[in-house]
Amino acid sequence: MRSWLRHHRQALAAALGKLAAQRASSAVSALVIGVALALPAGGYTLLESVRTLTGRMSLDPQLTVFLRDKAVRGDVDALAARIKTDPRVAVSRFVPREQALKELASVEGLTDVVGALESNPLPDAFVLRARDRDAQAIDALAADLRRDPSVERVQADTAWARRLAAVTRLARVAVLLLAGLLGFGLVAVTFNTIRLQILTQREEIEVSKLIGATDGYIRRPFFYLGLLQGAGGGLLALAIVWGALELLNPQIAALAASYGTNFRVAFPPGGGAIVVVALPAALGWLGAYMSVSRYLREIQPK
Amino acid sequence: MISFSGVSKRYPGGQEALRGVSFAVQSGEMVFLTGPSGAGKSTLLKLIPAIERPSAGSVVVNGQNVGALKPAAIPYLRRHLGIVFQDQKLLYDRSVFDNVVLPLSFSGVPPREAARRVRAALDKVGLLGREKANPVQLSGGEQQRVAIARAVVNRPAVLVADEPTANLDQESALRIVEIFVAFHQVGVTVLIATHDQAVAARFGQRVLHLSDGRLGSTEKGT
Repeated sequence: MRSWLRHHRQALAAALGKLAAQRASSAVSALVIGVALALPAGGYTLLESVRTLTGRMSLDPQLTVFLRDKAVRGDVDALAARIKTDPRVAVSRFVPREQALKELASVEGLTDVVGALESNPLPDAFVLRARDRDAQAIDALAADLRRDPSVERVQADTAWARRLAAVTRLARVAVLLLAGLLGFGLVAVTFNTIRLQILTQREEIEVSKLIGATDGYIRRPFFYLGLLQGAGGGLLALAIVWGALELLNPQIAALAASYGTNFRVAFPPGGGAIVVVALPAALGWLGAYMSVSRYLREIQPK
Repeated sequence: MISFSGVSKRYPGGQEALRGVSFAVQSGEMVFLTGPSGAGKSTLLKLIPAIERPSAGSVVVNGQNVGALKPAAIPYLRRHLGIVFQDQKLLYDRSVFDNVVLPLSFSGVPPREAARRVRAALDKVGLLGREKANPVQLSGGEQQRVAIARAVVNRPAVLVADEPTANLDQESALRIVEIFVAFHQVGVTVLIATHDQAVAARFGQRVLHLSDGRLGSTEKGT
């Protein structure tokens, strides 16, 4: 166990030593990976922010239930009781037609119009808020209410929420596709840089194998090299996204303010940032693994 | 300790390097393997640490059939052998100390113990003061001694050397062979290949003569 730890410490030290000895080329490799990864990382950040935004916008999933003119009193009472006890309804409020008219009259510009009416054209209504903000749940609730004999019409505008959700899903798939493609590229880039690294150390590897080094011992420093390069690229990607947000957020805030909201794109939350570093590290490890294994197979005596 | 029975080695391309070679080296024995260049000496030595595999016959080292060893087991075989290569295979990007410590770094010897063993090995070959030097700064004979130090730092029971005296003047060559004799005297089994009959004859050890891939007379030198 102690010698296992020592081997890993040695391998890590060797990898760090190599990175330090080739500062310029290591930095360029990490930069290439970082710039490439900044695209999906930035897309992910944007999507996460949009998702919290849509969460906030659908905060009032409001349904308006208009009653029939000739609804029977008893039926209305039964409906009111049903709405009150329905677990899907968070808050409900009965708006009698007189009150609706009064509210309408208080709206500026409509006072005269309302005054000119001979009779009240408005129906009684329930205004209620669903507990679940999901568009599908709201639609199901609306359909249930529509079946009640005393209900004329139920108004629940969920189309915009559906569209937004569809667009977000599309963008999410696009970001995943981009991430997958660039992840593949990352493995290829690491494969190649590790191969070059192996070639510069061919002699050391050959001699070590001849005098009793295991393949595992030879592989280990290259694993760390791939891992560190991937992680370095991931950190750079985070830095790029952070820098871009610092530049963009004041502009976004100004734009959002003109719409009367206070939207800003938030830096990836803790878990997301860890993924942006850990995933490239794992892919770098994979590229290194493939590269070293291939080389060791090549030099295996037949 | 080392035994060959009916060993043949044919390289891809049809060249036959060894034909039906059989011999045994007892534990603690010192044996010279002589023969002109191209006789198959290097091939024979390469079969012992499984650098090459025999086409026919069996090579047994310390009770293990080396030819049938799984690739994963080969490193552990090599750690128990001291091998001095024909071209030395030193690494010129690091010091003498770092060259000699290499086998210890992958067999998990703690650094302090490793440093002690490296100095002991360098002391035995007479290079104790040169551990910080780069091998390029050393003479041919000294480089050969670094290679020997690296081969013995793991304290192997068997020492195998391929042409350790090639390209050395008479005096340096004798010095090298004397080092091997010293290891033989403390019980190490030694097998040395050399094309130099005179060197082989001088130390009164058993000589195996290889010619055209076949083992000739096995005589005791005078």
